[in-house]
Amino acid sequence: MKFWQKLGEIDRRIIYTIILLAVVIPILLKITMPIRISDTVKNAYNSLDRLPAGSIVMISIDYDASSEPELQPMLIAVLRHCFKKDIKIIMLGHWALGLPLGEIALNKVATEYNKVYGEDYVNLGYRPGYSALIVGLGREIRDFFSTDYRGVPIDSFPFMRRVRNYNQISLLVGLEAGATGDAWVQFAGARFGQKMFLGATGVSAPDLYPYLQAGQITGLIAGLQGAAEYETLIKESGTGTLGMPTQSVVHGLIIIFIILGNLSYFVLRKKKQ
Amino acid sequence: MIWNIIGTWIAAGLTLAIFSFLYKDNPFYKFAEHLYVGVSAGFGVIYVWAFDLKPMLVDRFVAEQGIERWILLIPAILGILMFSRWIGKIGYLSRLPISFTVGIGAGLGITASIQGFLLPQIQATLLPLTTINNILLVVGVITTILYFYFSREFKGKSSYLLKLGIVFIMVSFGASFGYTVMARISLLIGRIFFLLSDWLHLI
Repeated sequence: MKFWQKLGEIDRRIIYTIILLAVVIPILLKITMPIRISDTVKNAYNSLDRLPAGSIVMISIDYDASSEPELQPMLIAVLRHCFKKDIKIIMLGHWALGLPLGEIALNKVATEYNKVYGEDYVNLGYRPGYSALIVGLGREIRDFFSTDYRGVPIDSFPFMRRVRNYNQISLLVGLEAGATGDAWVQFAGARFGQKMFLGATGVSAPDLYPYLQAGQITGLIAGLQGAAEYETLIKESGTGTLGMPTQSVVHGLIIIFIILGNLSYFVLRKKKQ
Repeated sequence: MIWNIIGTWIAAGLTLAIFSFLYKDNPFYKFAEHLYVGVSAGFGVIYVWAFDLKPMLVDRFVAEQGIERWILLIPAILGILMFSRWIGKIGYLSRLPISFTVGIGAGLGITASIQGFLLPQIQATLLPLTTINNILLVVGVITTILYFYFSREFKGKSSYLLKLGIVFIMVSFGASFGYTVMARISLLIGRIFFLLSDWLHLI
């Protein structure tokens, strides 16, 4: 009786300490584990991989620092995939505080592949009012982004001169921590037929599965697991791959906690009856 | 280089200050929390000016000619009217830009919901019942909708349809909760990874 009571009333700080150790130890030991590729991520990868060199991909940074650990590995993996295939990138963002994260990743990966700003990629920056903006981009991109985020006219960049609207964008990649993904699908996808796949935080991903099932998006990269899968597909290990063993250990631990908590609850309830 | 080191130490210190809340509420946590809110607000103001007001309004007003130029006065005046809320007598004027925004939002939202969500989702549910997945999907959609049908009470055998609807809803909640756990742990992994690699250089 006392054992089950103590188990049910265990101090939350002990649980936090155990979780902390379960996160730190696998990272320090650099444990690796095989990563199974899901169809949703494979489809996302394929839709980008099939594009010919010189195609234009638009990447939307719709997250900020609070979702960085999940979405930044996805962004880096997608950027590497694009630059490997000589695909041009237009980056923009609907979250003001996410723009520096996009810029950091873009500069890092562009340097790895010797890509030049203005020739291989541009960063348009942020504009508020995402619904109207997404609809407006379907008409003329210059109505909203006549300059890039540095204030340089976009027509001074060679590949941007041929970009007018979604017709010139081969694929859209939305990295989502909120509801902007819905707007991309419902405006750019449904109204203009823009082909796209989304990457989303674990919290947002379940809401996006209906779009996947209906074929409104070509693929879905969900959470850190999705990022790890994409990194595996492009054969470039990153923080997604490194985080997965830890993720598995902690998930196992949480399942054990849930079972023990429930056992304690039911045993005590039975004793009381 | 030195600024990177200073930045890393500040980030590490603030991360630990936020984590200290797990033990109990304390001044370090409060400091980090308020700093985050303040910096975010400041950042937001700068971004609205640099990426919205200046390029879309000020620069365009200087660059455009003729009617295109004067049309820009309409959003500028509507924007200024929002501030009238703080002036009692003319506070009602703020309703103009608000109604404008609500009208645009409703117009965009209604078309998006029907064209971009409702119709494609209904279309994607009209499936041949030839595979287990298709059967599960169709039964799940119908029983879940029935659960939210409040115009008629379901009694007797028909109540089993509602119970089946609840099962599907619970499975959906379970999946969302599982993903949420994964997301939260991912955030913790990200921070711990930062502390161990960028700050302490242990990995």
